[in-house]
Amino acid sequence: MNSSNKYTKHFLILSVLLIVFLFLNISLGSVSIPFKDIFKSLTGGIASKDSWQTIIVNFRLPKAITAIMVGSGLSICGLLMQTLFRNPLAGPFVLGISSGASLGVALLILGSSVFGGAFLLAGFSNWALAIAASIGAFLVLSAVIIAANRVRNTMSILIIGLMFGSLTSAVISVLAYFSEAEQIQQYMFWSFGSLGNLTWTELSVFAIIYIIGILSTFAVIKPLNSFLLGENYAKSLGINIKKSRNIILLITSLLTGVITAFSGPIAFVGLAIPHIAKMLFSTSNHKILIPATALIGAIVLLICDSIAQLPTSEFTLPINAITSLFGAPVVIWLLIRKKKIYV
Amino acid sequence: MVINKKKENLRLILSKSEKHIVLKTENLSIGYQTKKQQTIIASSINLSVEKGKFIALLGKNGIGKSTLLRTLSKVQKPLEGSIKINQKELSTYTNQELSTSLSLVLTERLPLSQLTVFELIALGRQPYTNWIDKLSPNDLKKILWAIEETEITHLKDKRFYELSDGQLQRVLIARALAQDTEIIILDEPTAHLDIHHTFKVFSLLKKLVEKTGKTIIISTHEINLAIQLADEFILLTEKEIHSGTSKELINQNAFEKLFPKELISFNKTLEQFIIKKN
Repeated sequence: MNSSNKYTKHFLILSVLLIVFLFLNISLGSVSIPFKDIFKSLTGGIASKDSWQTIIVNFRLPKAITAIMVGSGLSICGLLMQTLFRNPLAGPFVLGISSGASLGVALLILGSSVFGGAFLLAGFSNWALAIAASIGAFLVLSAVIIAANRVRNTMSILIIGLMFGSLTSAVISVLAYFSEAEQIQQYMFWSFGSLGNLTWTELSVFAIIYIIGILSTFAVIKPLNSFLLGENYAKSLGINIKKSRNIILLITSLLTGVITAFSGPIAFVGLAIPHIAKMLFSTSNHKILIPATALIGAIVLLICDSIAQLPTSEFTLPINAITSLFGAPVVIWLLIRKKKIYV
Repeated sequence: MVINKKKENLRLILSKSEKHIVLKTENLSIGYQTKKQQTIIASSINLSVEKGKFIALLGKNGIGKSTLLRTLSKVQKPLEGSIKINQKELSTYTNQELSTSLSLVLTERLPLSQLTVFELIALGRQPYTNWIDKLSPNDLKKILWAIEETEITHLKDKRFYELSDGQLQRVLIARALAQDTEIIILDEPTAHLDIHHTFKVFSLLKKLVEKTGKTIIISTHEINLAIQLADEFILLTEKEIHSGTSKELINQNAFEKLFPKELISFNKTLEQFIIKKN
């Protein structure tokens, strides 16, 4: 696992792509701003119009940063889950974490009409949504981890996660049934996902948790690589299975939880990007795969977000639809072409 | 003959001095423990395994060979009794400590990944690498040595799923070698192999024991081959457990007890099981 040099070219190209799509993402939007001003504004200068400066600094830049964090974070979570469960179908949402977040938000929005008007305000701030989603994600996660420590088989955890997922969806359905159209609509909008609307304060909270999560993944590279041989071999190589498993679950839930809290449940990315990375880099070494997956995830979400804005239009399509609409065919095509799918 | 005699004497001397016993069990019971009941598979197992021996664990299907190997390698807890590896109680070993004394070759299929043969063998160095799994020059040296000893240099850059069963088995043995442990335990290493590759694996293991002084314990159904190549045997039968060299065990008529007598019997002069003719 020492031949990382041959991947230098890959990483260089991906980094350039990331910067290109970052600029492209920021330069697209309902107001067209000359590229020169965008460049100036991003490199510390001031755009030639005040409104342009505000749009770039307070709207487009936070949105682009969110896209990068959401894309890379979810993709890494997907990779961790696929290796931990040695199942190519695993993604960040298999543990029921996003369902937990959804339940939190559903209780906040839909519950307000079911349980009386205590929360009935005109709308809910991002903070309220984020906190509700985090609590929901955390509760479901705790339940999954408690259950996980009682079963020896990792595959059972996968199923337990899926069960928690369907349980929470059922509760949401019941809540929705008794809710009013307005609340259901509001919940639907949250579930469409959104990368925008984050203030710099919210963004900084997001970023701190994101960075903690990403940095922790480096500590589990070794157990992840040993998991490629299965749990018994990993154990015989001196890996503390339970501890590594809990750290991996914790990282995933922290990242998925915070991402879902701030941007809604975003589909496809976590499952598909790791496979794209595995195909492009054709390696299973996590020392390479983790940064590769993060880079590709960030680029893909920037592209999806650029498409969602429908250049020169007033509308913004739901990001959740775009990721699946453009991502799923890509993955299907890749699979048909390569025919083999790896853990 | 003279050399053999010398070896024999040496063995006697070695067996007298305790420190060359790498693995010792006392009054060991193996099986499964659930909340409600205990399923004992075998009990009062007293083994002592010397350094540098090629040991074959024999017994019919379902008699508990895998359970014994799993218990000896700390995958599974013993029900009773003690297991000592290098005079230290197995239960007091951490995974990390044990990984430098004992390595495994298992029968389970590897998850489908894109690991190359080299990477797979390099994973054997994990007990010695730093937190980010960087290979030192010494690690590389051990890996290349393991690859050379198992004669798989030409497969080094292939992906492991491209290999035949026989090739993969040698790669897994190389991985265990790279782990550089005193004891290597292999669970049915020749399970899916043809007679040629079965012999190849057996003679490779024999060579490794002689050359490196490692202790290799295998479970196998290739009794006729094992009798020719292994130094000592552990026989699991319904009633008792026998251990010793093939000569000792033949004299005790122990091989006879391995299987029901209707179909096959052990021929002492041929030192083989033969089919009963009616």
